[in-house]
Amino acid sequence: MKHIQLTTSDDGIATLRLDRQDGPANLMDIAFTEELNAAVDKLEGQENLRGVILESTKSTFFAGGDLSMLANVTETNAPQVEHLLTSLKSSLRRLETLGKPVVACLAGSALGGGLELALACHYRIAVNQPSVRIALPEVTLGLLPAAGGVSRIVRMLGLEKAIPFLTEGRQHKPKAGYDLGLIDELVTAPEQLRASALAWIEQNPSVQAPWDVKGFRLPGGTPNSPKIAQMLSIAPAMILKKTQGCYPAANAILATAVEGAELSIDAAQRIETRYFIPLAKGPVAKSLIKTLFFGKNAIENSAKKQLKDAQAFHCVGVVGAGMMGAGIAWACASKGLNVVLLDTDLKRAQKGKDYSEALVAKRQDRGQLSGEAGTALLQHIQPTDVMADLAPCDLVIEAVFEDRAVKADLYQQIQAVVAKNTIIASNTSTLPISSLAQSVDRADQFIGLHFFSPVDKMPLLEIIRGDKTSEDTANAALAFSHQIGKTPIVVNDGRGFFTSRVFKQFTYEGMAMLAEGVPAAAIENAAWLAGYPVGPLAVSDEVTLTLMDRIRTQTRKDCEAEGVTYVAHPGDAVIDRMLENNRVGKASGGGFYEYPKDGKKRLWTNLAELFGGHEDVDLQTLKDRFLFSQAIESLRARHEGIVTSENEANVGSILGIGFPAWTGGTLHFVEHVGVEAFRTRAAELAEQFGDRFSLDGLGDVLPSV
Amino acid sequence: MSEALIFDAIRTPRGKGKPGGALHEVKPIAMVAGLMQTLIERNPLDTAAIDDVVLGCVSAIGDQGGDVAKIASLYAGWDTNIAGVTLNRFCASGADAVNIAAMKVRSGWENLVVAGGFESMSRVPILSDGGPWALDPETNAKTGFLPQGIGADLIATLGGYDREQLDAFASESHRRAAAAWQTGKFADSVIPVVDINGHLVLAQDELVRAGTSVESLAGLKPSFQGMGEMAFDVVAREKYPQVERIEHRHHAGNSSGLADGSALLLLGSETQASQWNLTPKARVVATALVGTDPTIMLTGPMPAAEKALKVAGISKHDIDLWEINEAFASVTLRFMEDFELDPATVNVNGGAIAMGHPLGATGAMLIGTLMDELRAQNKRYGLVAMCVGGGMGIATIIENLERG
Repeated sequence: MKHIQLTTSDDGIATLRLDRQDGPANLMDIAFTEELNAAVDKLEGQENLRGVILESTKSTFFAGGDLSMLANVTETNAPQVEHLLTSLKSSLRRLETLGKPVVACLAGSALGGGLELALACHYRIAVNQPSVRIALPEVTLGLLPAAGGVSRIVRMLGLEKAIPFLTEGRQHKPKAGYDLGLIDELVTAPEQLRASALAWIEQNPSVQAPWDVKGFRLPGGTPNSPKIAQMLSIAPAMILKKTQGCYPAANAILATAVEGAELSIDAAQRIETRYFIPLAKGPVAKSLIKTLFFGKNAIENSAKKQLKDAQAFHCVGVVGAGMMGAGIAWACASKGLNVVLLDTDLKRAQKGKDYSEALVAKRQDRGQLSGEAGTALLQHIQPTDVMADLAPCDLVIEAVFEDRAVKADLYQQIQAVVAKNTIIASNTSTLPISSLAQSVDRADQFIGLHFFSPVDKMPLLEIIRGDKTSEDTANAALAFSHQIGKTPIVVNDGRGFFTSRVFKQFTYEGMAMLAEGVPAAAIENAAWLAGYPVGPLAVSDEVTLTLMDRIRTQTRKDCEAEGVTYVAHPGDAVIDRMLENNRVGKASGGGFYEYPKDGKKRLWTNLAELFGGHEDVDLQTLKDRFLFSQAIESLRARHEGIVTSENEANVGSILGIGFPAWTGGTLHFVEHVGVEAFRTRAAELAEQFGDRFSLDGLGDVLPSV
Repeated sequence: MSEALIFDAIRTPRGKGKPGGALHEVKPIAMVAGLMQTLIERNPLDTAAIDDVVLGCVSAIGDQGGDVAKIASLYAGWDTNIAGVTLNRFCASGADAVNIAAMKVRSGWENLVVAGGFESMSRVPILSDGGPWALDPETNAKTGFLPQGIGADLIATLGGYDREQLDAFASESHRRAAAAWQTGKFADSVIPVVDINGHLVLAQDELVRAGTSVESLAGLKPSFQGMGEMAFDVVAREKYPQVERIEHRHHAGNSSGLADGSALLLLGSETQASQWNLTPKARVVATALVGTDPTIMLTGPMPAAEKALKVAGISKHDIDLWEINEAFASVTLRFMEDFELDPATVNVNGGAIAMGHPLGATGAMLIGTLMDELRAQNKRYGLVAMCVGGGMGIATIIENLERG
């Protein structure tokens, strides 16, 4: 056998060693399933068998299902996948009913299919190390654990604990798994696993799974028992609140768990398969796996490779200790880089460091950070108002407000003190990098590093290459991104780069709706129901209409300078009206929302008066307008060469600007919908709402049918 | 075709529907059988002439399980050839039992039918019968299950009924119910519940509080805010995206009370009237059922009433008195607003907010109450309408046949 080694000792202890031949981790694919089947055949035929030990030769116990297969389930091959699952479950069930003790030894993580394999064993021993994780994360990729995972977890934990475990898919450390009851024994070192397994086998010569013992009762009560019933009646609504109605997997898991709870385990496992197939065939799992698993991994791996090839950064200068600068300082210091945090006076610089101090305190309170680690982290940040302190920095990131003159002046001062090969970067979110590069003496070593707010939470870094930025500088930026644990995308220069210009469509489309008289609440709800984290009006209040106004004024000026006509968006009129009414955002007392001191924000009551607000609401059209406007703007950015990688556009749109993940990203959305359907709908929207939905001239970047 | 005549309508007083309520110690079958006894005493006839007993009950399990309608007639010693059916149309079960009985008589296929309902909410709590709507996650998610109270709060939000309006309505319900008791409005139709020794258990509605006021209700906390904000409010977003936030304004004091109770009506044809020398008090003019949006859930009374009026061939202006079930204050307020009704003609003797809502029985009780008030005011037509779980509505139009 190629992936499983089966050996039996003279005293009747069989060892199944999981050892995938052509990969770094064990996977549940067709070959594995066939070998497992054969291995169980052998075990069943072995005389004098006393027990079975499962172990892995890899750093993890088992990685789980074969995602490249699961991301390609179609109407045509669904029967094969179904057959595979049935066969896999039958082998695991035969192992479980072997009558002999079967022990899983987890020296590394058991995720997804790997944990399902371990759950089919009678006893699980794990090494209590923080690197070891157990989880059924299928839900995060739009799937459900269909290799017995749902059925066994429900029987082990009871519905009340099983439902969050299964529908949240969170990873647990071995101790947490032990406390939950999924791990039976913890050992401190991998070498102890086997001895413990043998000891347990010795003491339990003949075992059955609890659910095979007559009189088995579901822990915590059946679905109809009052406590569980009360929880179940609200559980789908809780899932709706979390999934915004866009991700079907959690509901399918809940249904599987409850419907199978009182049936035989075999029937329950058939129900798993029934609910699994529509998820696997559907578009959401495919989109999630493609972009958030394969796509994101590819980006992170290539950044990691750059760090391997290039020199790591040791000292980062951050100029401007405002909200962004403070966040960037945290991002660097929390990964062990030294930071020189500079502002015009020491008080401001210190205030920027205070931000990290607050975060450290919060994490220490939560037990996420030790006292020493917190102190060490803060020692990495040196607040200063002395430009010369930047001298040791190998990277300086400018994060002052968007004013060309101020920035130009700063670059002069920076390059006067830093080494020749120091890279200078700007955190601008709007000003073209090539134009800023004109003010530096090293245009080839000048680059845009666009962080997202709040920096400590937002995982994306948009790297912007100016006309003259060298390949080495871009690669160094990728390495830096890996150092600070961000997911990078590299884009070319242009107004609003990639993320800002695509993000703008969302806010402006929301304002256009308002201008048409769509009730403000319906606009915000439509965005939420489409899967956006925040509505366009709420997010505009955060950005502030003042900033949006400043950006469009700059854009207008730039257009004039370039001799191009500025095309007004219907949302522009709303900005005008709001500015007239001095409603510019949250920070200045209110914008589209009111922010009462003693309560939650509420939509400003005058909106209906200003813009109307009694139009009939066609929810689907509102949702489509958000999604299509951003997808089409992304196609334009791709057409113009701003983004060169479809994958980076997809990952960037999800991680950076809140484009709903279920779509697989702004460009993948076209395929998610289906190219033909996308064209048709875009044409309808263009007809009804204007040229911003037109696909004219984008033929080169539209996938072929 | 025979008219569906109503010869009598009686009910028990309504007990507080929780352990400790006066009727908690009375088993549901005994409540029903007690009324059966009275019904036959007031309307002497050979029970063998009764074709069927149709009773509403929402949570038909445990003490209420196993077709109580049939077993109660055996328990009461009625003729064994009478059939019995217990039905569940959620909160409209009692009204529907009467409507179905009327249909049976009007079809000519049955001639004498006992209809009504019962519910001991103190013994068999609401939702204790489970069911896929709430408890099967796939069904729950597909149908967008919500507790009724969220729908009631949504009606209040959309209609702009503020807390004071709702509480004022609730206080008026108590005032009217108390006044009705004081002036003997219920004396003829409410039959005291007694035990097997004939000792009195309960003679009057237990939940009515005469002194209820907006001020006295002001301290009550909203009942559905917690569960709404926890999750259920979002279920309404897709259907009502124009609502920024559901205002949770209903509480225990402006919603119907949990109650125990039972009601019975005797319906039959003209031939039965003459055979047993029964006096027709009213006739069922029209009945109607509708399904409506299940999310807001409780807006069924309006289309149901429209439909019944159309079937009857009369207009709302012909209706003299209305009974709109006070499941929640907003439901009745919305009905009055939509139909532009004079509040003085609606729920003249109070409603379920004051007296309680024994789910399976209330509809039958409302029809009886309306008959009594039409007679008292010497008016002709009355209409009963109720909101129903799952997004349904029911209506019954009756004509008072004892007009002077």
